Amino acid sequence: MSTPNGAPTEPAVADAEFGSADNLVELEHLTKRFQVRQGVFARGKSEVHAVEDVSLTVRRGETLGIVGESGCGKSTTARLILRLLDPTSGAIRFEGQDISRLSQRQLRPLRREMQMIFQDPYSSLNPRKTVGQIVGSPFVIHGERRAKTRVQELLETVGLSPEHYNRYPHEFSGGQRQRIGVARALALSPKLIICDEPVSALDVSIQAQVLNLLRNLQRDFNLTYVFISHDLSVIRQIADRIAVMYLGHVVELGESESIYESPKHPYTAALLSAVPRATTGHRERIMLTGDVPSPIAPPPACIFHTRCPRFHQGHCDVDAPPLRELEPGHAAACHYPLEKWPMTDDEIRQAEGALRADKPSLEGATQEA
Amino acid sequence: MFFYILRRLFWMLIVVACVIGITFIVFYLLPAGDPALRFAGKNPTPAELELIRHRLGLDQAWYVQFGKFIKTFFTGDQYGWPGLGYTFAGGSSVLDLIAARAPRTIFLIIGASTLWLSFGVAIGIISAVKRRTVVDRGAMGFALFGISAPVFWLGLMLLYIFWRQLGWTGGTGYVSPTESITGFFSHMILPWTALAMLYAAFYARMTRNNLLETLGEDYIRTARAKGLTERQVIFKHGLRASLTPIVTMFGLDIALLVGGAVITESVFNIQGLGYLAINSALTQDLPTVVGVVLVAAVAVAVANLVVDILYAFIDPRVRYA
Amino acid sequence: MTQDSRLLLDVRDLTVRFPTSDGVVQAVSNVSFTLSRGETLGVVGESGSGKSVSNLAIMGLLNRNRANIAGEVEFNGRDLLTLPPNELRHIRGKDIAMVFQDPFACLHPMYRVGDQIAEAVLAHSNEGKDHARKRAVEMLGHVGIPNAKARARDYPHQYSGGMRQRAMIAMALVHNPSILIADEPTTALDVTVQAQILELIEEVKREFDIGVILVTHDLGVVAETANSVMVMYAGRVMEYGPAAQIFAQPQHPYAWGLLDSMPTIERRLSSLVPIEGSPPSLLNPPTGCPFHPRCVYQFAPCATERPPLVAPVPEAHPDACHLPWEKKVELGAKRAVAAIVGEDAA
Repeated sequence: MSTPNGAPTEPAVADAEFGSADNLVELEHLTKRFQVRQGVFARGKSEVHAVEDVSLTVRRGETLGIVGESGCGKSTTARLILRLLDPTSGAIRFEGQDISRLSQRQLRPLRREMQMIFQDPYSSLNPRKTVGQIVGSPFVIHGERRAKTRVQELLETVGLSPEHYNRYPHEFSGGQRQRIGVARALALSPKLIICDEPVSALDVSIQAQVLNLLRNLQRDFNLTYVFISHDLSVIRQIADRIAVMYLGHVVELGESESIYESPKHPYTAALLSAVPRATTGHRERIMLTGDVPSPIAPPPACIFHTRCPRFHQGHCDVDAPPLRELEPGHAAACHYPLEKWPMTDDEIRQAEGALRADKPSLEGATQEA
Repeated sequence: MFFYILRRLFWMLIVVACVIGITFIVFYLLPAGDPALRFAGKNPTPAELELIRHRLGLDQAWYVQFGKFIKTFFTGDQYGWPGLGYTFAGGSSVLDLIAARAPRTIFLIIGASTLWLSFGVAIGIISAVKRRTVVDRGAMGFALFGISAPVFWLGLMLLYIFWRQLGWTGGTGYVSPTESITGFFSHMILPWTALAMLYAAFYARMTRNNLLETLGEDYIRTARAKGLTERQVIFKHGLRASLTPIVTMFGLDIALLVGGAVITESVFNIQGLGYLAINSALTQDLPTVVGVVLVAAVAVAVANLVVDILYAFIDPRVRYA
Repeated sequence: MTQDSRLLLDVRDLTVRFPTSDGVVQAVSNVSFTLSRGETLGVVGESGSGKSVSNLAIMGLLNRNRANIAGEVEFNGRDLLTLPPNELRHIRGKDIAMVFQDPFACLHPMYRVGDQIAEAVLAHSNEGKDHARKRAVEMLGHVGIPNAKARARDYPHQYSGGMRQRAMIAMALVHNPSILIADEPTTALDVTVQAQILELIEEVKREFDIGVILVTHDLGVVAETANSVMVMYAGRVMEYGPAAQIFAQPQHPYAWGLLDSMPTIERRLSSLVPIEGSPPSLLNPPTGCPFHPRCVYQFAPCATERPPLVAPVPEAHPDACHLPWEKKVELGAKRAVAAIVGEDAA
């Protein structure tokens, strides 16, 4: 990771953890940019900076939650891990093996080990196939016989009845369809399952069913999850460690409890305070103004500085803060991380601490919402 | 925008050149006999045949003929620009021939397309708005009839009923509008109807389906929630969104008729470009065939380009991608 | 709850049925509520609860040929359900306005945003295009869109999600309606944008002194913004009362189930307590209480007698449940929202 003025970089947090046998997945300086053409008539090409310099590890048996709003790059990161996309640069390692540049054919045997559950239970199942065919297709694809008994066992494992073998997806509710998707993912006993917003499209009373199912399956089958969601409440219930993403960057990474109890990055704090809660009574809230900048022209240096209540002119818009460990197991990419939590809006604007180089100048950086 | 058009024109040239090339290859390889035979008169001697062949340029390889054609196309020949050569049949100018026939086809297309667009879209709208009523079912039944009835049958039936029996219209043949306006219309009304019937049916169905789909969109609900009249909702909001595919189709349909309204032109003996194309193909009159193919290919390519540009104007999302 | 002069809307026994080839879909049954100026009514329910259909019925946006609507909806001394479509059209967008869920799809993609708002102005006034355009720009600025004059000339796809929803709200407010119905206005938006939009709706309510019906599935949103709450399930009202009361003392097992099963951001729970089963079919809803097949506390009368929506004791709010009051107090106290922050959920 380098800063725009070429200053030497600090080692990324994950560097210290790379190479451990505990890690199922390692992402090192992963970057993905998409080419887009601006308009039918224009000739210029631009790049969408979907994922920028992301370094992460996923430890065996844990659930890593990736949280962020739309356009932050979390789904793209998931697809990169599964090599459904090719990285622009950087490395992806699965069980120590570098898979970043493998061809699709070489990846095939690895696909047994990593699977995905999708967001929309209505479009992720082929409506023309029976449940039995859907859940059995992984066997067929990998050259095994589709054992009916195996499929029925899987159906039972996810809480469906084995008699559903011959039914079609449209005969099931959203929650049940999601279970079918889970059964399909489990078919070949993978090590890693990526859950891309698996409960976002479900009713609240059904979300809990599916989340419980996922937790139980993890325990019973020793699974490792990467759980992607924009819903912080859901993430809190399932993730052990969390990566908070914004505009393609990881801005905070650490143990789940640590992040919820004391977030360090102002964006994380804003996210936490924006979540409506079933508590009555007044609550401090940090309001971010404006909208997320375009990923085609991301802000220089600190990716969040255009909306940050702690913005320090001359520092945050010049030097990109590295993702640095502030406490054991808790890292943030910020020059002025929060000292405590909760903080009022005013407290947030006043950055304390040894990192402060000069008097903060907040001109033009924040307005009342 | 300017560079976009330039690029498209460049590719258009390439495409048209390929089409002409393929035409040449097909004719050169077509085992239908020696074209020189047809044009050499009765019982030609081999020497005479050779002479004819040489004069028509048939003794050269297809790519040489092709190359010559391209050259004279750009530089023009004794008949004018672009140089399309002379017919095998009578040595007359292909350019003049096409210029004489083209207006008939163009009038045919303009009249028919006006009819099919107005009737087709209108019927489609009524059908969509009165979904599942008798009116709708009747309209779709008409559409089925229009699509299924072969154009030649339709043409002949129309001629029989309206000309033969009722005497309301003129018969076959073409009367130029400069000669007689009433004659022009009375001779064209039936071919217009025959040709339009098929397309009107398609467009009615397409309009109905597009409009129904559009009327289910969320922004239609917003329009109603604003308190707009139902008429405003359907025409201003619904139609605008559903017409874009129709515009696309319309451009191409018209273009394809330039060399393709063969059946209608035959039945009604309007000696337009389609008629010319068929006849020259059957008699292996290569320069004429190539001339018509050229006109048709350019028409389609230009229509494509126009439609794409129009589409960008109608749908602003495409403009800014 | 309200003085008569502030009462805006009085809905009594609203019932909506859709006859289909498979049978009659009982989308909404006997829904009754009131709305006053300055009040935000939060309507909570999951898919199939009838929360959206009831509001579409009030606005007259349901096709009368395909829906059987019964009951009374009293607004300004008139029953909206009996008004001819023409008169209803004059109220729609002028006195009662509605904002929908998915701002991405709710604006016409081929017309400029400013023009669409101007169209709303012109729908109910004769003042001319210039006036309409000025008003559109004015409203856009009012809802917090920067550079309103320039942005009015943009197309919807050039706006972000939050901006589109703001534009929708601007469009709804051009005629100063007395009631704003917001149907899941923030569900499709990011959480930071959601907060902005909810704040905007609250500001607008205060500034124009209107009544707001906020439809959502998110209890958190309701807790933060609503003055009164109506919990719906299978087209019926399960519980209805002041927000503070409902959250301090929820009385219906469905509400308890929602509070238990909702993933909460406050704490990681050892396991979530879902409501088993799925929402019922509206073609053949269960007999008696529609919730009884999924209810942990169901007993003898639940399967056969439909519980009326009534307050068990005068100081409580109405609920539709057969359980005796003492039981409700005991079980409700365990789920009181204040308790979530303290210990594990029941």
